[in-house]
Amino acid sequence: MDFQEKLVHDLVAKHGTDRESLLPILQGVIDQERYLSEEAILKIAKEMSIPAADVYGTATFYSFLDTDLRGKYVIRVCKTITCAMKGKNQIIQAIENFLKIKVGETTVDKKFTILQTNCLGWCHKAPAMLVNDDVYTELTEESVVDILREYREEN
Amino acid sequence: MTTTKKHLHRIDLIFKNEQDCKEILRNALARSNQEVINEMVNSGLKGRGGAGFPTGLKWKLTAEQKDKEKYVICNADEGEPGTFKDREILTRVPHKVLSGMAVCAQIIGSKKGYIYLRGEYRFLVPNLKKELRKFHDILDELGLDFRVEIFMGSGAYICGEESALFESMEGKRGEPRNKPPFPTEIGYMNKPTVINNVETLAHSYTILKYGAKKFRELGVKDSRGSKVFSVSGDTPIPGIYELELGMTVQDFVDDFGDGDTKAVQVGGASGFLVPRKRFGKTTIGYQGKLTGISLPTGGSMMIFNSSRSMYNVLNNYLDFFEEESCGQCTPCRVGCQQLLKGIKAVKRGEKPASYLDHLLKLTDTMKLTAKCGLGQSVANSFSSIVENFREEMIY
Repeated sequence: MDFQEKLVHDLVAKHGTDRESLLPILQGVIDQERYLSEEAILKIAKEMSIPAADVYGTATFYSFLDTDLRGKYVIRVCKTITCAMKGKNQIIQAIENFLKIKVGETTVDKKFTILQTNCLGWCHKAPAMLVNDDVYTELTEESVVDILREYREEN
Repeated sequence: MTTTKKHLHRIDLIFKNEQDCKEILRNALARSNQEVINEMVNSGLKGRGGAGFPTGLKWKLTAEQKDKEKYVICNADEGEPGTFKDREILTRVPHKVLSGMAVCAQIIGSKKGYIYLRGEYRFLVPNLKKELRKFHDILDELGLDFRVEIFMGSGAYICGEESALFESMEGKRGEPRNKPPFPTEIGYMNKPTVINNVETLAHSYTILKYGAKKFRELGVKDSRGSKVFSVSGDTPIPGIYELELGMTVQDFVDDFGDGDTKAVQVGGASGFLVPRKRFGKTTIGYQGKLTGISLPTGGSMMIFNSSRSMYNVLNNYLDFFEEESCGQCTPCRVGCQQLLKGIKAVKRGEKPASYLDHLLKLTDTMKLTAKCGLGQSVANSFSSIVENFREEMIY
Protein backbone atom coordinates (compact mmCIF):
# COMPACT_ATOMS: atom_id res chain seq x y z
CA MET A 1 0.00 0.00 0.00
CA ASP A 2 1.54 3.33 -1.00
CA PHE A 3 1.31 6.48 1.11
CA GLN A 4 -1.78 7.81 -0.67
CA GLU A 5 -3.62 4.49 -0.48
CA LYS A 6 -2.96 4.29 3.22
CA LEU A 7 -3.98 7.93 3.71
CA VAL A 8 -7.32 7.42 1.95
CA HIS A 9 -7.89 4.08 3.64
CA ASP A 10 -7.24 5.55 7.10
CA LEU A 11 -9.44 8.58 6.44
CA VAL A 12 -12.33 6.41 5.29
CA ALA A 13 -11.82 4.12 8.29
CA LYS A 14 -11.96 7.17 10.57
CA HIS A 15 -14.92 9.01 9.00
CA GLY A 16 -16.93 6.17 7.47
CA THR A 17 -18.33 5.58 4.00
CA ASP A 18 -21.52 7.64 4.35
CA ARG A 19 -21.77 10.49 1.88
CA GLU A 20 -21.68 12.99 4.81
CA SER A 21 -18.07 11.95 5.36
CA LEU A 22 -16.94 13.08 1.93
CA LEU A 23 -15.91 16.62 2.84
CA PRO A 24 -13.89 15.62 5.93
CA ILE A 25 -12.15 12.94 3.84
CA LEU A 26 -11.33 15.35 1.00
CA GLN A 27 -10.09 17.86 3.58
CA GLY A 28 -7.92 15.15 5.12
CA VAL A 29 -6.22 14.45 1.79
CA ILE A 30 -5.69 18.18 1.21
CA ASP A 31 -4.05 18.42 4.64
CA GLN A 32 -1.39 15.93 3.59
CA GLU A 33 -1.03 16.48 -0.13
CA ARG A 34 -2.27 20.09 -0.58
CA TYR A 35 -4.38 19.12 -3.60
CA LEU A 36 -6.61 16.30 -4.86
CA SER A 37 -4.88 14.41 -7.63
CA GLU A 38 -6.85 12.28 -10.06
CA GLU A 39 -5.41 9.18 -8.37
CA ALA A 40 -6.54 10.38 -4.95
CA ILE A 41 -10.05 11.07 -6.25
CA LEU A 42 -10.27 7.60 -7.79
CA LYS A 43 -9.08 6.00 -4.55
CA ILE A 44 -11.63 7.92 -2.48
CA ALA A 45 -14.42 6.94 -4.91
CA LYS A 46 -13.44 3.29 -4.69
CA GLU A 47 -13.11 3.20 -0.90
CA MET A 48 -16.45 5.00 -0.43
CA SER A 49 -18.22 3.16 -3.26
CA ILE A 50 -19.47 6.35 -4.91
CA PRO A 51 -18.91 7.45 -8.51
CA ALA A 52 -15.61 9.25 -9.10
CA ALA A 53 -17.59 11.93 -10.96
CA ASP A 54 -19.47 12.69 -7.74
CA VAL A 55 -16.23 13.02 -5.79
CA TYR A 56 -14.75 15.25 -8.49
CA GLY A 57 -17.98 17.25 -8.84
CA THR A 58 -18.09 17.91 -5.11
CA ALA A 59 -14.40 18.74 -4.80
CA THR A 60 -14.43 21.27 -7.63
CA PHE A 61 -17.24 23.21 -5.99
CA TYR A 62 -15.01 24.30 -3.10
CA SER A 63 -12.16 26.74 -3.55
CA PHE A 64 -10.10 25.12 -0.77
CA LEU A 65 -10.37 21.66 -2.33
CA ASP A 66 -7.88 22.22 -5.13
CA THR A 67 -7.64 19.71 -7.95
CA ASP A 68 -4.50 21.28 -9.45
CA LEU A 69 -1.03 20.70 -8.09
CA ARG A 70 -0.26 22.97 -5.15
CA GLY A 71 2.89 23.75 -3.22
CA LYS A 72 3.57 22.78 0.38
CA TYR A 73 2.53 26.29 1.38
CA VAL A 74 -0.54 27.72 -0.31
CA ILE A 75 -0.58 31.51 -0.04
CA ARG A 76 -4.06 32.99 -0.36
CA VAL A 77 -4.14 36.77 -0.54
CA CYS A 78 -7.54 38.36 0.10
CA LYS A 79 -8.74 40.39 -2.88
CA THR A 80 -12.11 41.56 -1.58
CA ILE A 81 -12.97 45.22 -1.24
CA THR A 82 -11.26 46.36 1.97
CA CYS A 83 -8.04 44.47 1.25
CA ALA A 84 -8.17 45.81 -2.31
CA MET A 85 -8.52 49.35 -0.93
CA LYS A 86 -5.65 48.84 1.51
CA GLY A 87 -3.11 47.76 -1.08
CA LYS A 88 -3.43 44.05 -1.81
CA ASN A 89 -2.03 44.63 -5.33
CA GLN A 90 1.28 45.84 -3.86
CA ILE A 91 1.33 42.81 -1.54
CA ILE A 92 0.80 40.45 -4.48
CA GLN A 93 3.51 42.24 -6.42
CA ALA A 94 5.93 41.87 -3.50
CA ILE A 95 5.15 38.14 -3.21
CA GLU A 96 5.52 37.60 -6.96
CA ASN A 97 8.87 39.39 -6.97
CA PHE A 98 10.11 37.41 -3.99
CA LEU A 99 9.03 33.96 -5.21
CA LYS A 100 9.56 34.75 -8.90
CA ILE A 101 6.20 33.25 -9.90
CA LYS A 102 2.81 34.75 -10.77
CA VAL A 103 -0.58 34.35 -9.09
CA GLY A 104 -1.89 30.84 -9.82
CA GLU A 105 1.60 29.38 -10.19
CA THR A 106 3.67 27.05 -8.02
CA THR A 107 7.43 27.35 -7.44
CA VAL A 108 9.65 24.75 -9.13
CA ASP A 109 10.61 23.26 -5.74
CA LYS A 110 6.85 22.83 -5.08
CA LYS A 111 7.15 24.81 -1.89
CA PHE A 112 4.82 27.75 -2.60
CA THR A 113 1.66 28.45 -4.58
CA ILE A 114 0.23 31.98 -4.84
CA LEU A 115 -3.54 32.38 -5.07
CA GLN A 116 -6.06 35.14 -4.55
CA THR A 117 -9.14 34.46 -2.49
CA ASN A 118 -12.39 36.11 -1.44
CA CYS A 119 -13.00 37.84 1.88
CA LEU A 120 -11.00 36.22 4.68
CA GLY A 121 -12.82 38.11 7.44
CA TRP A 122 -9.95 40.39 8.49
CA CYS A 123 -11.21 43.62 6.87
CA HIS A 124 -10.36 45.66 9.98
CA LYS A 125 -6.74 44.52 9.66
CA ALA A 126 -6.37 44.63 5.89
CA PRO A 127 -4.53 43.57 3.83
CA ALA A 128 -4.63 39.94 4.93
CA MET A 129 -3.50 36.53 3.69
CA LEU A 130 -3.52 32.88 4.65
CA VAL A 131 -0.52 30.60 4.41
CA ASN A 132 -2.24 27.22 4.65
CA ASP A 133 -4.31 27.72 7.85
CA ASP A 134 -2.25 30.53 9.35
CA VAL A 135 -3.47 34.12 9.14
CA TYR A 136 -1.29 37.17 8.55
CA THR A 137 -2.79 40.64 8.73
CA GLU A 138 -1.89 44.32 8.28
CA LEU A 139 0.65 43.24 5.70
CA THR A 140 3.21 45.56 4.18
CA GLU A 141 5.48 44.89 1.21
CA GLU A 142 8.32 44.36 3.72
CA SER A 143 6.46 42.23 6.29
CA VAL A 144 5.09 39.82 3.70
CA VAL A 145 8.60 39.10 2.41
CA ASP A 146 9.89 38.56 5.96
CA ILE A 147 7.06 36.09 6.60
CA LEU A 148 7.69 34.13 3.42
CA ARG A 149 11.46 34.13 3.98
CA GLU A 150 10.86 32.29 7.24
CA TYR A 151 8.76 29.68 5.48
CA ARG A 152 11.38 29.30 2.78
CA GLU A 153 14.23 28.88 5.22
CA GLU A 154 12.52 26.39 7.56
CA ASN A 155 13.72 22.75 7.72
CA MET B 1 -9.72 57.95 21.04
CA THR B 2 -10.55 61.16 22.87
CA THR B 3 -10.52 63.05 19.60
CA THR B 4 -13.47 61.03 18.27
CA LYS B 5 -16.82 62.48 19.22
CA LYS B 6 -18.92 59.70 20.67
CA HIS B 7 -22.66 59.73 20.08
CA LEU B 8 -23.47 56.08 20.05
CA HIS B 9 -23.93 54.06 23.18
CA ARG B 10 -21.42 51.22 23.31
CA ILE B 11 -23.01 48.05 24.65
CA ASP B 12 -21.09 45.45 26.59
CA LEU B 13 -23.22 42.32 26.71
CA ILE B 14 -21.94 39.79 24.21
CA PHE B 15 -18.26 40.02 25.11
CA LYS B 16 -18.87 40.50 28.84
CA ASN B 17 -16.80 38.01 30.77
CA GLU B 18 -19.44 35.69 32.19
CA GLN B 19 -19.11 31.98 32.88
CA ASP B 20 -22.64 30.92 33.87
CA CYS B 21 -23.28 28.18 31.33
CA LYS B 22 -24.26 25.69 34.01
CA GLU B 23 -26.59 28.09 35.75
CA ILE B 24 -28.22 29.11 32.49
CA LEU B 25 -28.80 25.52 31.44
CA ARG B 26 -30.11 24.61 34.90
CA ASN B 27 -32.54 27.53 34.93
CA ALA B 28 -33.74 26.72 31.43
CA LEU B 29 -34.29 23.09 32.41
CA ALA B 30 -36.28 24.14 35.46
CA ARG B 31 -38.72 26.04 33.28
CA SER B 32 -41.20 24.55 30.82
CA ASN B 33 -40.23 24.57 27.15
CA GLN B 34 -43.14 26.89 26.50
CA GLU B 35 -41.83 29.39 29.04
CA VAL B 36 -38.36 29.44 27.47
CA ILE B 37 -39.84 29.81 23.98
CA ASN B 38 -42.00 32.69 25.21
CA GLU B 39 -38.94 34.37 26.69
CA MET B 40 -37.17 34.10 23.32
CA VAL B 41 -40.22 35.30 21.38
CA ASN B 42 -40.81 38.21 23.77
CA SER B 43 -37.21 39.34 23.50
CA GLY B 44 -37.82 40.26 19.87
CA LEU B 45 -34.49 38.72 18.89
CA LYS B 46 -34.14 38.39 15.12
CA GLY B 47 -31.52 36.42 13.23
CA ARG B 48 -28.20 38.24 13.31
CA GLY B 49 -26.82 36.67 10.15
CA GLY B 50 -28.66 39.36 8.23
CA ALA B 51 -31.98 37.81 7.20
CA GLY B 52 -33.68 38.77 10.46
CA PHE B 53 -36.06 35.84 11.00
CA PRO B 54 -37.48 35.86 14.57
CA THR B 55 -35.37 33.40 16.57
CA GLY B 56 -38.05 32.41 19.10
CA LEU B 57 -40.44 31.53 16.30
CA LYS B 58 -37.79 29.41 14.59
CA TRP B 59 -37.25 27.41 17.79
CA LYS B 60 -41.02 27.11 18.31
CA LEU B 61 -41.71 25.84 14.79
CA THR B 62 -38.97 23.23 15.06
CA ALA B 63 -40.14 22.16 18.53
CA GLU B 64 -43.61 21.50 17.07
CA GLN B 65 -42.26 18.90 14.62
CA LYS B 66 -42.88 15.32 15.67
CA ASP B 67 -39.64 13.78 14.32
CA LYS B 68 -37.39 12.01 16.78
CA GLU B 69 -34.23 13.17 15.09
CA LYS B 70 -33.59 16.91 14.98
CA TYR B 71 -30.51 19.08 14.70
CA VAL B 72 -29.18 22.37 16.01
CA ILE B 73 -26.65 24.01 13.74
CA CYS B 74 -24.57 27.07 14.43
CA ASN B 75 -23.87 28.86 11.16
CA ALA B 76 -20.26 30.03 11.43
CA ASP B 77 -19.71 30.27 7.68
CA GLU B 78 -19.15 33.99 8.00
CA GLY B 79 -18.24 35.05 4.47
CA GLU B 80 -20.03 38.28 3.68
CA PRO B 81 -17.43 40.87 2.66
CA GLY B 82 -16.81 43.19 5.57
CA THR B 83 -18.04 40.79 8.25
CA PHE B 84 -15.77 39.38 10.94
CA LYS B 85 -17.75 39.55 14.17
CA ASP B 86 -18.59 35.84 14.39
CA ARG B 87 -14.89 35.03 14.44
CA GLU B 88 -14.47 37.36 17.41
CA ILE B 89 -17.47 35.85 19.22
CA LEU B 90 -16.17 32.31 18.70
CA THR B 91 -12.73 33.40 19.89
CA ARG B 92 -13.79 35.24 23.01
CA VAL B 93 -17.12 33.78 24.16
CA PRO B 94 -17.66 30.40 22.48
CA HIS B 95 -19.29 29.04 25.67
CA LYS B 96 -22.16 31.50 25.21
CA VAL B 97 -22.81 30.17 21.71
CA LEU B 98 -22.67 26.58 22.98
CA SER B 99 -25.08 27.38 25.83
CA GLY B 100 -27.56 28.81 23.33
CA MET B 101 -27.25 25.66 21.24
CA ALA B 102 -27.80 23.38 24.24
CA VAL B 103 -30.88 25.24 25.45
CA CYS B 104 -32.30 25.19 21.93
CA ALA B 105 -31.59 21.44 21.75
CA GLN B 106 -33.51 20.81 24.96
CA ILE B 107 -36.50 22.74 23.71
CA ILE B 108 -36.75 21.23 20.26
CA GLY B 109 -35.64 17.75 21.35
CA SER B 110 -32.27 17.39 19.65
CA LYS B 111 -29.28 15.33 20.64
CA LYS B 112 -26.84 16.52 18.06
CA GLY B 113 -25.46 19.92 17.18
CA TYR B 114 -22.90 21.14 14.69
CA ILE B 115 -20.83 24.26 14.26
CA TYR B 116 -20.31 24.76 10.52
CA LEU B 117 -17.06 26.72 10.53
CA ARG B 118 -15.72 28.36 7.39
CA GLY B 119 -12.42 26.91 6.16
CA GLU B 120 -10.77 30.32 6.48
CA TYR B 121 -11.25 30.12 10.27
CA ARG B 122 -9.64 26.74 10.78
CA PHE B 123 -7.07 28.25 13.11
CA LEU B 124 -9.94 28.55 15.65
CA VAL B 125 -10.39 24.78 15.87
CA PRO B 126 -7.89 23.88 18.65
CA ASN B 127 -9.41 26.40 21.04
CA LEU B 128 -12.97 25.51 20.05
CA LYS B 129 -12.27 21.83 20.70
CA LYS B 130 -10.96 22.71 24.15
CA GLU B 131 -14.14 24.68 24.85
CA LEU B 132 -16.26 21.81 23.54
CA ARG B 133 -14.63 19.35 25.95
CA LYS B 134 -15.32 21.68 28.88
CA PHE B 135 -18.88 22.20 27.71
CA HIS B 136 -19.57 18.50 27.21
CA ASP B 137 -18.43 17.92 30.82
CA ILE B 138 -21.04 20.42 31.97
CA LEU B 139 -23.71 18.65 29.90
CA ASP B 140 -22.71 15.31 31.46
CA GLU B 141 -22.89 16.81 34.92
CA LEU B 142 -26.43 18.01 34.22
CA GLY B 143 -27.34 14.70 32.62
CA LEU B 144 -28.10 16.24 29.23
CA ASP B 145 -27.86 14.02 26.17
CA PHE B 146 -26.45 16.51 23.66
CA ARG B 147 -23.17 16.70 21.76
CA VAL B 148 -21.71 19.35 19.48
CA GLU B 149 -19.27 18.69 16.65
CA ILE B 150 -17.32 21.02 14.39
CA PHE B 151 -17.88 20.63 10.63
CA MET B 152 -15.36 22.44 8.45
CA GLY B 153 -16.33 24.34 5.33
CA SER B 154 -13.91 24.55 2.43
CA GLY B 155 -14.09 28.05 1.02
CA ALA B 156 -17.52 28.62 -0.51
CA TYR B 157 -19.45 31.80 0.36
CA ILE B 158 -22.75 30.27 -0.72
CA CYS B 159 -22.55 27.66 2.05
CA GLY B 160 -23.57 30.42 4.46
CA GLU B 161 -27.01 30.06 2.84
CA GLU B 162 -28.67 27.56 5.17
CA SER B 163 -29.87 24.98 2.65
CA ALA B 164 -26.54 25.10 0.78
CA LEU B 165 -24.89 24.53 4.15
CA PHE B 166 -26.96 21.36 4.68
CA GLU B 167 -26.00 20.11 1.22
CA SER B 168 -22.36 20.76 2.03
CA MET B 169 -22.61 18.87 5.34
CA GLU B 170 -24.23 16.00 3.47
CA GLY B 171 -21.10 15.73 1.33
CA LYS B 172 -22.43 17.44 -1.78
CA ARG B 173 -21.87 20.60 -3.78
CA GLY B 174 -23.15 23.55 -1.77
CA GLU B 175 -26.13 24.28 -3.99
CA PRO B 176 -29.14 25.91 -2.30
CA ARG B 177 -32.44 24.04 -2.19
CA ASN B 178 -35.85 25.36 -3.10
CA LYS B 179 -37.83 26.88 -0.24
CA PRO B 180 -40.28 25.92 1.10
CA PRO B 181 -39.88 23.52 2.79
CA PHE B 182 -37.91 25.48 5.37
CA PRO B 183 -35.28 23.95 7.67
CA THR B 184 -37.70 24.02 10.61
CA GLU B 185 -39.43 21.11 8.80
CA ILE B 186 -36.80 19.69 6.46
CA GLY B 187 -33.21 20.64 7.14
CA TYR B 188 -29.99 18.70 7.60
CA MET B 189 -30.48 15.03 6.58
CA ASN B 190 -34.07 16.02 5.80
CA LYS B 191 -34.80 16.38 9.51
CA PRO B 192 -36.18 19.43 11.32
CA THR B 193 -33.26 21.73 12.01
CA VAL B 194 -32.70 24.97 13.85
CA ILE B 195 -29.91 26.84 12.13
CA ASN B 196 -28.85 30.05 13.83
CA ASN B 197 -26.04 32.51 13.27
CA VAL B 198 -23.20 32.56 15.84
CA GLU B 199 -24.23 35.96 17.18
CA THR B 200 -27.91 34.99 17.46
CA LEU B 201 -26.97 32.07 19.70
CA ALA B 202 -24.72 34.30 21.81
CA HIS B 203 -27.61 36.76 22.25
CA SER B 204 -29.83 33.92 23.43
CA TYR B 205 -27.38 33.46 26.33
CA THR B 206 -27.90 37.12 27.27
CA ILE B 207 -31.68 36.77 27.01
CA LEU B 208 -31.71 33.62 29.14
CA LYS B 209 -29.46 35.27 31.72
CA TYR B 210 -31.03 38.73 31.99
CA GLY B 211 -34.52 38.14 30.64
CA ALA B 212 -36.39 39.28 27.55
CA LYS B 213 -37.34 42.59 29.15
CA LYS B 214 -33.75 43.77 29.55
CA PHE B 215 -32.96 42.81 25.95
CA ARG B 216 -36.02 44.66 24.65
CA GLU B 217 -34.92 47.84 26.39
CA LEU B 218 -32.22 48.12 23.74
CA GLY B 219 -32.98 49.08 20.16
CA VAL B 220 -36.20 50.36 18.62
CA LYS B 221 -39.56 48.98 17.55
CA ASP B 222 -39.15 45.80 15.47
CA SER B 223 -35.37 45.98 15.90
CA ARG B 224 -34.76 45.01 19.49
CA GLY B 225 -31.50 44.48 21.26
CA SER B 226 -27.91 45.13 20.41
CA LYS B 227 -25.93 44.04 17.39
CA VAL B 228 -22.27 43.39 16.83
CA PHE B 229 -20.97 45.51 13.96
CA SER B 230 -17.87 44.85 11.90
CA VAL B 231 -16.48 48.25 10.97
CA SER B 232 -13.90 48.57 8.20
CA GLY B 233 -12.76 50.70 5.29
CA ASP B 234 -11.91 54.39 5.60
CA THR B 235 -12.20 54.74 9.35
CA PRO B 236 -9.59 55.64 11.96
CA ILE B 237 -11.05 53.01 14.30
CA PRO B 238 -11.81 49.79 12.39
CA GLY B 239 -12.90 46.86 14.53
CA ILE B 240 -15.80 45.15 16.26
CA TYR B 241 -18.41 47.16 18.14
CA GLU B 242 -21.60 46.19 19.92
CA LEU B 243 -24.19 48.92 19.35
CA GLU B 244 -27.94 49.39 19.70
CA LEU B 245 -30.09 48.78 16.65
CA GLY B 246 -31.99 51.75 15.28
CA MET B 247 -29.12 54.22 14.83
CA THR B 248 -29.00 56.41 11.74
CA VAL B 249 -26.13 56.05 9.29
CA GLN B 250 -25.30 59.70 10.10
CA ASP B 251 -24.79 58.86 13.79
CA PHE B 252 -22.64 55.95 12.75
CA VAL B 253 -20.54 58.07 10.39
CA ASP B 254 -20.10 60.78 13.04
CA ASP B 255 -18.54 58.16 15.29
CA PHE B 256 -16.61 56.06 12.83
CA GLY B 257 -15.98 58.12 9.69
CA ASP B 258 -12.72 59.88 8.89
CA GLY B 259 -14.41 63.23 8.29
CA ASP B 260 -14.58 62.65 4.54
CA THR B 261 -17.11 59.84 4.25
CA LYS B 262 -18.70 59.55 0.84
CA ALA B 263 -20.79 56.42 1.30
CA VAL B 264 -21.36 53.48 3.64
CA GLN B 265 -22.02 49.93 2.50
CA VAL B 266 -24.49 48.41 4.96
CA GLY B 267 -24.70 44.62 5.05
CA GLY B 268 -21.73 43.74 2.87
CA ALA B 269 -21.62 43.20 -0.86
CA SER B 270 -25.17 41.77 -0.74
CA GLY B 271 -26.41 44.84 1.14
CA PHE B 272 -27.00 48.46 0.20
CA LEU B 273 -24.72 51.40 -0.46
CA VAL B 274 -25.90 54.51 1.36
CA PRO B 275 -24.67 57.78 -0.21
CA ARG B 276 -23.93 60.84 1.94
CA LYS B 277 -27.24 62.59 1.11
CA ARG B 278 -29.17 59.71 2.71
CA PHE B 279 -27.10 59.32 5.89
CA GLY B 280 -29.63 61.15 8.03
CA LYS B 281 -32.68 59.37 6.62
CA THR B 282 -31.40 55.80 6.79
CA THR B 283 -31.50 53.73 9.94
CA ILE B 284 -29.99 50.36 10.75
CA GLY B 285 -32.50 47.72 11.74
CA TYR B 286 -35.12 45.35 10.42
CA GLN B 287 -38.18 47.53 10.10
CA GLY B 288 -39.17 48.37 6.54
CA LYS B 289 -36.88 45.65 5.30
CA LEU B 290 -35.43 46.20 1.83
CA THR B 291 -37.13 49.54 1.32
CA GLY B 292 -33.87 51.37 1.68
CA ILE B 293 -35.20 53.39 4.60
CA SER B 294 -34.24 51.01 7.35
CA LEU B 295 -31.56 48.55 6.38
CA PRO B 296 -31.03 45.11 7.86
CA THR B 297 -27.46 43.94 8.22
CA GLY B 298 -25.41 41.01 9.33
CA GLY B 299 -23.21 43.70 10.83
CA SER B 300 -20.94 44.63 7.96
CA MET B 301 -20.35 48.39 7.80
CA MET B 302 -17.81 49.43 5.19
CA ILE B 303 -16.91 53.08 4.99
CA PHE B 304 -15.72 54.75 1.79
CA ASN B 305 -14.23 58.24 1.68
CA SER B 306 -14.11 60.65 -1.25
CA SER B 307 -10.86 59.15 -2.59
CA ARG B 308 -12.68 55.93 -3.54
CA SER B 309 -14.09 55.17 -6.97
CA MET B 310 -17.53 53.61 -6.69
CA TYR B 311 -16.91 51.95 -10.04
CA ASN B 312 -13.99 50.06 -8.49
CA VAL B 313 -16.14 49.14 -5.51
CA LEU B 314 -18.93 47.72 -7.69
CA ASN B 315 -16.42 45.96 -9.93
CA ASN B 316 -14.93 44.28 -6.85
CA TYR B 317 -18.38 43.16 -5.59
CA LEU B 318 -19.40 41.76 -8.99
CA ASP B 319 -16.12 39.93 -9.32
CA PHE B 320 -16.92 38.40 -5.91
CA PHE B 321 -20.48 37.39 -6.86
CA GLU B 322 -19.46 36.02 -10.22
CA GLU B 323 -16.97 33.70 -8.50
CA GLU B 324 -19.18 32.76 -5.58
CA SER B 325 -22.40 32.14 -7.53
CA CYS B 326 -22.95 28.38 -7.24
CA GLY B 327 -23.88 28.24 -10.93
CA GLN B 328 -27.01 26.21 -10.37
CA CYS B 329 -29.63 28.67 -11.61
CA THR B 330 -29.26 30.68 -14.80
CA PRO B 331 -30.38 34.13 -13.57
CA CYS B 332 -27.56 34.22 -11.03
CA ARG B 333 -24.86 32.37 -12.98
CA VAL B 334 -25.28 34.32 -16.22
CA GLY B 335 -26.61 37.46 -14.56
CA CYS B 336 -23.48 38.01 -12.46
CA GLN B 337 -21.26 37.45 -15.50
CA GLN B 338 -23.24 39.87 -17.65
CA LEU B 339 -23.35 42.57 -14.97
CA LEU B 340 -19.58 42.42 -14.59
CA LYS B 341 -18.99 42.44 -18.35
CA GLY B 342 -21.58 45.18 -18.76
CA ILE B 343 -20.13 47.74 -16.36
CA LYS B 344 -16.67 47.17 -17.84
CA ALA B 345 -18.02 47.74 -21.36
CA VAL B 346 -19.73 50.98 -20.31
CA LYS B 347 -16.58 52.19 -18.58
CA ARG B 348 -14.50 51.48 -21.69
CA GLY B 349 -17.03 53.27 -23.87
CA GLU B 350 -17.92 50.11 -25.80
CA LYS B 351 -21.53 50.42 -24.65
CA PRO B 352 -23.56 53.63 -24.27
CA ALA B 353 -24.41 54.93 -20.80
CA SER B 354 -28.02 53.82 -21.36
CA TYR B 355 -26.78 50.23 -21.20
CA LEU B 356 -26.68 50.71 -17.43
CA ASP B 357 -30.50 50.83 -17.53
CA HIS B 358 -30.57 47.44 -19.23
CA LEU B 359 -28.31 46.11 -16.52
CA LEU B 360 -30.64 47.53 -13.85
CA LYS B 361 -33.50 45.65 -15.50
CA LEU B 362 -31.38 42.52 -15.42
CA THR B 363 -30.91 42.90 -11.66
CA ASP B 364 -34.70 43.22 -11.29
CA THR B 365 -35.06 39.91 -13.13
CA MET B 366 -32.44 38.31 -10.91
CA LYS B 367 -34.25 39.55 -7.82
CA LEU B 368 -37.44 37.86 -9.02
CA THR B 369 -36.07 34.65 -10.47
CA ALA B 370 -32.82 33.64 -8.76
CA LYS B 371 -33.19 30.59 -6.59
CA CYS B 372 -31.56 31.90 -3.42
CA GLY B 373 -30.53 35.02 -1.57
CA LEU B 374 -27.22 35.35 -3.39
CA GLY B 375 -28.65 35.98 -6.84
CA GLN B 376 -31.59 37.92 -5.45
CA SER B 377 -29.45 40.34 -3.48
CA VAL B 378 -26.93 41.31 -6.17
CA ALA B 379 -29.55 43.91 -7.15
CA ASN B 380 -29.16 45.64 -3.78
CA SER B 381 -25.62 46.86 -4.16
CA PHE B 382 -25.83 47.15 -7.94
CA SER B 383 -28.83 49.44 -8.02
CA SER B 384 -27.83 51.50 -4.99
CA ILE B 385 -24.39 52.16 -6.50
CA VAL B 386 -25.43 52.69 -10.13
CA GLU B 387 -28.37 54.93 -9.24
CA ASN B 388 -26.39 57.11 -6.84
CA PHE B 389 -23.04 57.20 -8.62
CA ARG B 390 -24.02 56.84 -12.25
CA GLU B 391 -21.46 59.37 -13.39
CA GLU B 392 -18.63 57.36 -11.86
CA MET B 393 -19.79 54.29 -13.76
CA ILE B 394 -19.47 56.08 -17.10
CA TYR B 395 -16.50 58.48 -16.93
